[in-house]
Amino acid sequence: MTASATWRRWLPYVGVLTVAAYCLAPFYWMLVSSLRRTSDIFDNSLLPSRVSFENYRSLLNASQGFTRALLNSLIVAGITTALALLLATFTAYAMARLEFRFKRLILTLIIATSMFPVVSIVVPLLKLFTDIGWINTYQSMIVPSMSFALPLAVWNLTTFFRQMPDELEHAAMIDGCTRGQAFRKVIIPLAAPGIFTTAIITFIAAWNEFLIALTMTNKPQMQTAPVAISKFTGATTYETPFGSQMAAGVLVTIPLVIMVLLFQRRIVAGLTAGAAK
Amino acid sequence: MNARTIRALQCSAALVAAGLTLAACGSGGDSSSRQSQNASFTGRGPISYVAGKDSSGVVQKVIDRWNKLHPKEKVTFIQLPTDADSQRQQMIQNAETKSDAYTVLSLDVVWTSEFAAHQWIDKLPEKQFPLDKMLKPVVETAKYRTGLYAVPAASDGGVLYYRTDLLKKAGITAPPTTWAEMTSDCAKVRKLPVAKGMSCYAGQFQKYEGLTVNFSEAVNSAGGVVTDANGKPDVDTPAAKKGLDFLVGSVKDGTIPKEALTYQEEDGRQAFQSSKLIFLRNWPYVYSLAQKSAVAGKFAVAPLPGLNGSGSSSLGGHNLALSSFAKNKATALDFMKFYSSEESASTFLKDASLAPPYADLYDDAALVKQYPYLPVLKTSILNAVPRPRVVQYGDVSSAIQQQAYAALTGTKTSAQALKDLQSALQKSTAQ
Amino acid sequence: MADIKIPPEPSTDEPHLATGRRSPVSGRRSAAPATEGSGRMAALLVSPTLLVLTIVVLYPTLVALDDSLYGTKGLDPKTGFISDTEPFVGLKNYADIFGAAGDRFWNAFWNTTFFTVVTVGLETVIGVAMALIMHKAFSGRAMIRASILIPWAVPTAISGLLWRWIFNSNGVANALIGHQILWTTEGFHSKVAVIVAEVWKTAPFIGLLVLAGLQVISKEVYEAARLDGASATLQFWHITLPLVKPALLVAMLFRCMDALRMFDLPYILIGAQKNSVETLSMLAQNEASNVRFGPASAYSVLLFLYVFLVALAFVRLLGADLVGDDGKAKPARKRRKTTFSRRTEVTA
Repeated sequence: MTASATWRRWLPYVGVLTVAAYCLAPFYWMLVSSLRRTSDIFDNSLLPSRVSFENYRSLLNASQGFTRALLNSLIVAGITTALALLLATFTAYAMARLEFRFKRLILTLIIATSMFPVVSIVVPLLKLFTDIGWINTYQSMIVPSMSFALPLAVWNLTTFFRQMPDELEHAAMIDGCTRGQAFRKVIIPLAAPGIFTTAIITFIAAWNEFLIALTMTNKPQMQTAPVAISKFTGATTYETPFGSQMAAGVLVTIPLVIMVLLFQRRIVAGLTAGAAK
Repeated sequence: MNARTIRALQCSAALVAAGLTLAACGSGGDSSSRQSQNASFTGRGPISYVAGKDSSGVVQKVIDRWNKLHPKEKVTFIQLPTDADSQRQQMIQNAETKSDAYTVLSLDVVWTSEFAAHQWIDKLPEKQFPLDKMLKPVVETAKYRTGLYAVPAASDGGVLYYRTDLLKKAGITAPPTTWAEMTSDCAKVRKLPVAKGMSCYAGQFQKYEGLTVNFSEAVNSAGGVVTDANGKPDVDTPAAKKGLDFLVGSVKDGTIPKEALTYQEEDGRQAFQSSKLIFLRNWPYVYSLAQKSAVAGKFAVAPLPGLNGSGSSSLGGHNLALSSFAKNKATALDFMKFYSSEESASTFLKDASLAPPYADLYDDAALVKQYPYLPVLKTSILNAVPRPRVVQYGDVSSAIQQQAYAALTGTKTSAQALKDLQSALQKSTAQ
Repeated sequence: MADIKIPPEPSTDEPHLATGRRSPVSGRRSAAPATEGSGRMAALLVSPTLLVLTIVVLYPTLVALDDSLYGTKGLDPKTGFISDTEPFVGLKNYADIFGAAGDRFWNAFWNTTFFTVVTVGLETVIGVAMALIMHKAFSGRAMIRASILIPWAVPTAISGLLWRWIFNSNGVANALIGHQILWTTEGFHSKVAVIVAEVWKTAPFIGLLVLAGLQVISKEVYEAARLDGASATLQFWHITLPLVKPALLVAMLFRCMDALRMFDLPYILIGAQKNSVETLSMLAQNEASNVRFGPASAYSVLLFLYVFLVALAFVRLLGADLVGDDGKAKPARKRRKTTFSRRTEVTA
């Protein structure tokens, strides 16, 4: 009995370690590979025999244009998030607080639009943007990104607003505020954590985006980070760009990882509450 | 938030929408800005040169030379991935989005028809280029119908790299001229203890443009054709089958190692340089790189072997073309003249063993001393058979890749693959 | 299903739930005072979003529908140039999928379906397992939560590059297995590579969602079951699973729709135009990049229909509740008992 009882006791820890290993092992491998010298790149040992930052150095060399790509990602994802939040806040408030006809239908429609395949959106928009000269611009990436960012933000924010009791605004309005003032002075501050979480989730989704950026840009200085990395031919004349790709991958992921570590509770709350409703 | 602000927001959103709709309607369904047949080459300023990855560093060297001479008209080198399919995709994307990101394109010789027909590249003034000093088959690849749409920059012919030291040790005095000879040479070499673990032969067999090349070469070297003299597909023939069977059979019996099915040019070069292969089919560019590797001095180049005698190589190479949607075309034209000049060609040959389009460079004594295989290469190019030069080259190449790969991996018999290929090609070229 | 009482206050550690803070008086969310301005204000607030979505989603879809009725530009034999306009071909692009060109379409269709079924299936199993493990674990919660979010935070394109590196013929996967498998060449192994990479990234996400569902189930339920003599397995099948089902269904629905639209991962991991892994999205994109906009649009319309039908099936047949509107039971959900609709609101 004791043997199985001990086993039972340790099982949760073993389980936890397995889960952690599952999630982190590939990421660890990416990190380790980025720190190997190009000549060692096919080494399969757990730790690099010789830690080298040559991949990072060659990446950050201006001629690679990688820092520019990171900046582009930041701009596109940032503006997409800001716009999506702006529009979604109003809509979510209406969804959560107001009664009107077709409300359910509209909410369903909004969420349904995030189900459209990106490829069916991108090709017609490509032709349109070609004709109006928007190729290789930021707006050509931001506008299509709204197709998934906006519904995502609406959905998340609707849930957060719904969680807040109606009494808050009623109390404020009894005290003499208009609905708008109640919204600004009472709801927004209280919903700030929810808005912040939605911002993070939307930002990560926008940062992640690949197909739109791939299609709309071909100037190296306008590409976002994921596209730039996928087009790496190798920082030097070495044949295999794997080391620099892994280093680039680490650099692109690190900001997200930091955000995730700092705000994990909020993110989890946002993802699960959003999904749960 | 008061109603006024909301109203303002609404108005601006509506305006944006209206603006977009108007713009869309305004341009209409027709593609705008069709290039006139005689494009004017005006405008000076910075431009870009777009080509596949430069493994030897010589391209940047030549570009630096230009940039020093023309500081106000700098050329930026945009490197695309090594495989031809990706290069073509990105150049097409540039054209379809009418982007001015790419100015001078390094087109594979088989793409001239496609790009010219779609009016993605400009017709060039023939008189301004020294075409009569270039090898005739090479110049032909730059023409579409009667116009010149590209300028030859480098030619290419497939050659056989082989290990001289191993062949000598095995008592073989001359490189093989037929497939049967090559297989028996391999058998002899593999008996040597120093050749333990080596594989016999590899080319480019991954499912990409290189496979189209290798397949065409095998078919041509067995006496068959992919498309006949009029551009009509004729690949379902006994001769073609013999060619395909050589490849298929070699994969089956291990003459071609299984991992060669993932090889592009660079993978094969790596394998040859690390002594994993005795024979390698590749392009001339490998020569200078291999001379700097572990097999330096231990290899030489021979014409490709065939079924009953010397094989025929595919005519490869790159031509420079001018994107119709580019800016600063005057600079671009001058750069193209500079890059395709005999002097640049000589640099490319010396530093990167790239086959020049100029006939007399093959007879230059000093160059022949450095690259003893130049005469071999010249003959190879003059007798090379180009891949099908059709407007729908993308479809044609896809079909060939599809069927050839199926045959090589054993998914289809070679007979079935050729039959399916013939009907696929007929459909693509019928348009 | 027994009517199980749900405690009003979730523990502070756990994600907020929709009913967490509702005051007992307004069990159903009370409608805001229906002032006349309410409808107008709602219109003002909602229309910017609807406008943007119309431009960004509805307009391109209609254009795609229109484009799909046109064919590929033809070659004018006289001038040698491709003509400027696409010829109108009606429904030919759609009819073609039942003909010769159909091979590639049906291959992509099969790949897409295969990937969706297998990845969502595996993700669900692994995700639920993860959730159960995390639920039982008491220490290391924060570390686990952080690790779980890492795969989700890694951009899909980066994940594709990473797994391409892992599955390199000289990479670590082959080193661990001991065989040299050419993962990224055509063949079933490339499908396996895509599935492994996809499941790695998304199983933790499902685990997270299911965990949230698990954490609301009160322990009293399990106590009661244990006192009645139910084994762990029985508890799982008859208590846990039904109670997390709503959350699980929503998670599976979203994952299914994502999987049906899969593009980034196979494109980067294996490459374009590879029969073994070409999905419908990849097919449409490839046709578009070869300037064949007619077929490209037709394929994207068909893909959209496919996704729509699957979503419809989930919502109507399986009862996934996306909108979660205050327990109003959808009239179409014939199979649901009314108690369940409240459960949906509460346990998710």
